[in-house]
Amino acid sequence: MEEERLIQPEQLGPENIIENDLPAESLADKVRIISPARLVMRRFFRSRLSVVGLVIIVALLLFSFVFPYFTGWGEKEIDYSPVTSYNYDEIKVTDSDGNIYIVYEVSEFVNKVNKFAKPFTYSDADHGSRIHILGTDENGRDIFTRLMYGGQKSITLSLFTVIIYNFLGIILGAFAGYVGKWADQLIMRIVDIINCIPSLPIMLILSAIFESWKIPQEMRIYYMMGVLTFINWTGTARLVRGQILFLREQEYMVAADALGMSAPRKIFKHLVPNIIPQLIVSFTLGLGSMILYEATLGYLGLGFPIEVASWGKMVNGATNPDILQNYAFVWVPAGICIILAVLGFNFVGDGLRDALDPKMKR
Amino acid sequence: MVKYIVKRILYSILVLLLVSMIIYGLVRALPNDYIDNKLFPMLEQGTVSEEDILRMKELYGLADNSFLGIVKGYFGWLGNALKGDLGVSFKYSAPVSEVIGESMWVSFLIALIAYILVYLIAIPLGIKSAVNQYSALDYSITTFTMIGISLPSFFLATVLIKIFAVDLGWFPQQGLESAMSMATGIQRLLDQIYHCILPMITLVVLSIGGTMRYTRTNTLEVLNADYIRTARAKGLSEKSVIYKHVFRNTMIPLVTMMAGVLPSLFGGAMILEQVFALPGIGQKAYAALTVGDIPFIMGYEMFLAILAVIGTLFSDIAYVLVDPRIKLDR
Repeated sequence: MEEERLIQPEQLGPENIIENDLPAESLADKVRIISPARLVMRRFFRSRLSVVGLVIIVALLLFSFVFPYFTGWGEKEIDYSPVTSYNYDEIKVTDSDGNIYIVYEVSEFVNKVNKFAKPFTYSDADHGSRIHILGTDENGRDIFTRLMYGGQKSITLSLFTVIIYNFLGIILGAFAGYVGKWADQLIMRIVDIINCIPSLPIMLILSAIFESWKIPQEMRIYYMMGVLTFINWTGTARLVRGQILFLREQEYMVAADALGMSAPRKIFKHLVPNIIPQLIVSFTLGLGSMILYEATLGYLGLGFPIEVASWGKMVNGATNPDILQNYAFVWVPAGICIILAVLGFNFVGDGLRDALDPKMKR
Repeated sequence: MVKYIVKRILYSILVLLLVSMIIYGLVRALPNDYIDNKLFPMLEQGTVSEEDILRMKELYGLADNSFLGIVKGYFGWLGNALKGDLGVSFKYSAPVSEVIGESMWVSFLIALIAYILVYLIAIPLGIKSAVNQYSALDYSITTFTMIGISLPSFFLATVLIKIFAVDLGWFPQQGLESAMSMATGIQRLLDQIYHCILPMITLVVLSIGGTMRYTRTNTLEVLNADYIRTARAKGLSEKSVIYKHVFRNTMIPLVTMMAGVLPSLFGGAMILEQVFALPGIGQKAYAALTVGDIPFIMGYEMFLAILAVIGTLFSDIAYVLVDPRIKLDR
């Protein structure tokens, strides 16, 4: 780890070992030198699950940020093509002779909005040119398009939240670990307190408080993500602090002390590079859990306003018994999107953990 | 040991005090004043006068909304809470401690059975997966656990309801008891268990992944330890290496984790109980939160915080008790 380059003979495939084993050659000629970054890449791509995760994430990014411009529908656009539906009612009639007749009463409904259109149906609005790939929801909006816009928001919000809370956690954790004494005491006590506060009820309370502050609905989700930042930095802070406490006792830090290095040089040259692997892992896994949080907020109705698309809220559609019973295509795709996004980040995070772990020799 | 525990308990009390202050401050900032909403129709009819409402608020220490008033209200609440009196819930018109005490058992039983199942399934699979690292079995177990971790609880619950309750009709959709059922005794209990099966399955699927991963990571760590190499070098059979040496050492962090989880089982799963309409503590709290039932919210939040503190305490003590290598000389 301390060396710039690692020599890993066991990493070599047969094609890299020079065939003619002449005694005159030294060992250094027989092995190829691999930089740590390449080693990590190799280990990462060797695991099939991490590649799957990477593919999922790239696909979702394309799906949410590029494809919305090609579906032909807007996020809040309602399909106003009239739809006629028929309803049959069976009426049994008994006449005076005791004969039973079954009469069908057909009633015609004309809906102004093309709601609950089946997947792969065309809209009549402009001569059937636009397709609803996953149908429409209860308000006649295209589900496929809304999934993409929901993904955009979910991924962007989670990314920002994770960046901010990790930044906060790194600064505070490093401060606690490096300075020690009172700083450590103070920061770790705050961490203990925040860990004790139940997060979901607190978010419900805060959402009600934000409502009373007359914060506009479309801004409220940002406040909620701010609360999530405040709750989640403790994990990173603990990680960084623990790591710094551990690293401070390492021989090379003693050597750095003995060489009379300045504090910033010690921190940025020797401590930070050694924490980065763990931070990358916690960052990736954090993205997954933030997407899950965002979806939960949406499901509980604490997120965006109703007309704005969000995955959690689309799953919440199933609380309507009619949708639950008859229209699975309204809520199932959103749930699958959530799972895929979280799964993708978890796979990549796990793969990175294995790839970055110097103890793993595979 | 005793000194360590006493120190930990004192520290926990301090943390709880600070937590209660924060929560009280937040709860008092809640806008929807439930008393006003509830008593408004009565006020219109003239059955209750303004003074009555004021007196009622005075009783709960909610009348004064200035900073000093909130501080005073907090100490009033704290004093009563220390005497074991958490106040009377506005929504349920019963003492908060009584409502919590009644509704937590439903949540606890579901969670307890689910967790027992989780450990019974997750620990053997986790060890197996670690022993056969990078095998097909390991990959499939890892994939499955990852999917379990990535599932949002509300989505899994809804899918299960859709498949097993709505489409197949094997299980009831919601609630804890069949409506109109007159059954008593054993039959009633069986009916309740029948209603709890889907929530339990949801909980098991959701939590099995984490435990399995934890077991796998720990087992891998133990497998790399020097004493395992020694055991193998002694010529012990693979069976006795795994079951005697590895298994016991893997159990150390697991027991620690279990001790930490135990108290939190009482806390209930808010979203899950909401989706399945189970009358557990989570659902009660959700309903109270939406109407701003201050005494109940306060009581519930503190209940959860206490459970969390006890959980950490348990797991720290278990850590010391289970692992003889840990010495306390602090």
